[in-house]
Amino acid sequence: MTFAPSLSRRRFLKVSGVAAGAATVAASAPGLLRAAASEGEKGLRQVPTFCDICFWKCGAIATVRDGKLWKIEGNPLDPLSEGRLCPRGTGGVGAHFDSDRLRTPLMRQGPRGEEKWVAVTWDEALTFIASKMQKIKAEHGPESIALFSHGLGGTFLKHTLKAFGTPNITAPSFAQCRGPRDVGFNLTFGEEVGSPERTDIRNAQCLVLIGSHLGENMHNTQVQEFAEAVGAGASIIVVDPRFSVAASKAKFYLPIKPGADLALILAWMNVLVTEGLYDKDYVQRFGFGFEAFAAEIAASTPEWAYPETGIEPSVIRETAREMARHRPATLVHPGRHATWYGDDTQRSRAIALLNALLGSWGRKGGFYAPSSMEVPAYPCPPYPVSALGKVDNPGRRYPFAIETITTGIREATITGKPYPVKGWFAYATNLMQALPNEGETIKAIQNLDLLVVVDVIGSELAGWADVILPEATYLERYDELNVELFRQSFVALRQPVVEAPNDQKPNWWIARELAMKLGLEAYYPWKDIEEYLDRRLTAAGLSLQTLKKTGIALGRPAPLYFEDGAEAVFPTPSRKIEFYSPQLQAAGFDPVPKYRRPKAGSAGSFRLLFGRAPVHSFGRTQTNPILHDMMPENEVWVNLSVAGRYGLKSGDRVRLKNQDGVVSLPVKVRATEAIRGDCVYMVHGFGHTSQMLRRALHLGASDAQLVTRYETDALMGGTAMNVNFVTLEAEA
Amino acid sequence: MARLGMVIDTRKCVGCMDCVVACKTENSVPEGFNRDWITQKLTGAFPTLALEIRSERCNHCDNPPCVSCCPTGASHVHEYGGVVLVDEKECIGCKACLASCPYDARFIHPEGYADKCTFCIHRVEKGVPPACVAVCPTRCMYFGDLDDPQSEVSRLLASRRNHSLLPEAGTRPRIFYLT
Repeated sequence: MTFAPSLSRRRFLKVSGVAAGAATVAASAPGLLRAAASEGEKGLRQVPTFCDICFWKCGAIATVRDGKLWKIEGNPLDPLSEGRLCPRGTGGVGAHFDSDRLRTPLMRQGPRGEEKWVAVTWDEALTFIASKMQKIKAEHGPESIALFSHGLGGTFLKHTLKAFGTPNITAPSFAQCRGPRDVGFNLTFGEEVGSPERTDIRNAQCLVLIGSHLGENMHNTQVQEFAEAVGAGASIIVVDPRFSVAASKAKFYLPIKPGADLALILAWMNVLVTEGLYDKDYVQRFGFGFEAFAAEIAASTPEWAYPETGIEPSVIRETAREMARHRPATLVHPGRHATWYGDDTQRSRAIALLNALLGSWGRKGGFYAPSSMEVPAYPCPPYPVSALGKVDNPGRRYPFAIETITTGIREATITGKPYPVKGWFAYATNLMQALPNEGETIKAIQNLDLLVVVDVIGSELAGWADVILPEATYLERYDELNVELFRQSFVALRQPVVEAPNDQKPNWWIARELAMKLGLEAYYPWKDIEEYLDRRLTAAGLSLQTLKKTGIALGRPAPLYFEDGAEAVFPTPSRKIEFYSPQLQAAGFDPVPKYRRPKAGSAGSFRLLFGRAPVHSFGRTQTNPILHDMMPENEVWVNLSVAGRYGLKSGDRVRLKNQDGVVSLPVKVRATEAIRGDCVYMVHGFGHTSQMLRRALHLGASDAQLVTRYETDALMGGTAMNVNFVTLEAEA
Repeated sequence: MARLGMVIDTRKCVGCMDCVVACKTENSVPEGFNRDWITQKLTGAFPTLALEIRSERCNHCDNPPCVSCCPTGASHVHEYGGVVLVDEKECIGCKACLASCPYDARFIHPEGYADKCTFCIHRVEKGVPPACVAVCPTRCMYFGDLDDPQSEVSRLLASRRNHSLLPEAGTRPRIFYLT
């Protein structure tokens, strides 16, 4: 049974139809409401744009009423949102009104981290930054400046820094998030799942979520399609130490011991192979090294996995058969935040292999073939080539890293090896919460000659900056076009809806002005962003004028599945799906994933797990007045009987103390049946300590502060963070 | 005459609060207050658990105690759709309606009058569904005429198991939850 997208659109129209019938009756309704309605119509201005509250970048339409920003809704033309934003996107207007916004450029007074500032002009700030950059370049080379950037808004700053001559441009989204997943899938299929993920959740008849908490994790398309699949009666299997919202929709909930996911996946594959339930035709056509793989997993029986996972062998068999029953429309979700235990690339590879056994890659209800529009780049001179190369991964000690490793740059900044790093730029990322072990981040910062933070609010990292540059929010600026790989190709425009309230500037302007001060005029042949955007759009056969009206243009549909004509191409060394990986074997790693039991915590301690809430993005939205109202602080989930043993009940406040003696801010207990007794859970992004985040200051606790330890994934340098343990200390 | 009501599919709802946020922006609900909210009811013992997630608001009851107890007539049943509304100009902020509502759906607006969900009558009269229904990313909310047996809400109620909140209060609520 499937659920076509058009069905839900039809349903929406039907609802509107009912209400439209009402309107004719209402024409004679009494004055008060009618007046309100017509008043709404005049003085309204609607502007299509796309969201920036998270990286999903949903198409949206903002409404301005009597000159004031009123609301923002999904753009019905947008294939990502299909006209419906998520709660963060809907609450995005709060970013414009946030009283904690940075207003003007700030320069540090006194020691780093003291948060004493003097307001300066843009010219003063950028002149200072440019002269520091030239000094660093003269002493150490342009490579000694690194950029940490999150999201599309960093495009132009990246451009300026590449033009300046540094290859050290990075984002926590690789080594602290999806990196292991991307590498694991790449090693197996030769391709990544991308962002937005190429998951065909909408058409899945069986969906397996391993730790993915869709619904709490609010990636719009995925949640919409998840609900659609649930509504259509798809069989949901959820593996999680916590009874998540997704678990509550599941036919099978597997409350796994934290850290044992790989053992479970190996046992599932063992069942599919030993019972002959896998897609033999698919594996024969597309697989490489299946025999060696089958031999490797022969011992990974459900009975072997039971003591590791705590999942009964009968349940492992039953769920494996359930997956086989619905294949190829069985999607084992690849997850996104995958840096958990240090075996993450191998676990992700096992997820890829499980999907391969089910024949779901390239198939309806599995993974579709995405496409994107051709929008040529604005012609620019080539960037200078660095003689030194990147600093993050000397000697390719992480041989399968496919992006720059943030924590590698941090390490080089601390050690000065392979060469010194003396300047950091951070765009829209709070490294104090994004990277593990904030002590190491502070140590690195102390070695810097320059730390520049560009952001809309003053994060903890901004607190350590030499210069803070206040950016206009997405509702107040043009930005780079959004051209992404998705099931429907499209290009989307972000354009200003209202003006920035103070002296905030758009990132393109900041990056361009800085380039001018650095003598990099040649890289900015355009005067303003409209010229840039129009040239790119014109080259794609579109125009800025049109996109300003529609916000989005769609490309031609392309085949989504092998059966529809999507090409079955696997750009691995063998040109096949690598069940056995010679390249891993050659590099000294397990060619077929092997399970190793994660280290346990000391007696009486709980493994610290963290995740997302639907109303917040990382630590970036806690001061948004609307989203703050939805969830002002986080809670620590503690198993009900464990809480009872400690004499704790819901609403009590505790501090968490980790294995290294780090103590959190006080946080409310949620004593609940919905979590195992050997772990605790919190939503990431709270417990702010920056004095600039007044609305969020000291509300809830920060998991990041407690993540002093991390296991580095030897394949690609990812930093696994679910390896910390805490005890609970009652707060008087 | 239509009898407007809402049907919410708890199987699809993920409790993301988008309905709450959309109501807040659409209706400029002041900081610290909400006209709708999410309730989660967890039952069972780990790991055999069940969770019902509900988007709740004024039930626009057929027998609304908030209307019968209102001393000024500010709380009233609107002639179109039977929607329960408050005429803020007539309201004296006595809170009788807050006390009478078994659903705790009302609050006193900082400007002194009783406030609550209006079923977005200003949108409905223009042929647009309420903001919470229109925004819901899971499409778990349905709105329409309960008296029309052909309406989507009526058909859902006829075909799916459902319940309302506190039917024993005798208010005859017009929001139904599919389970």
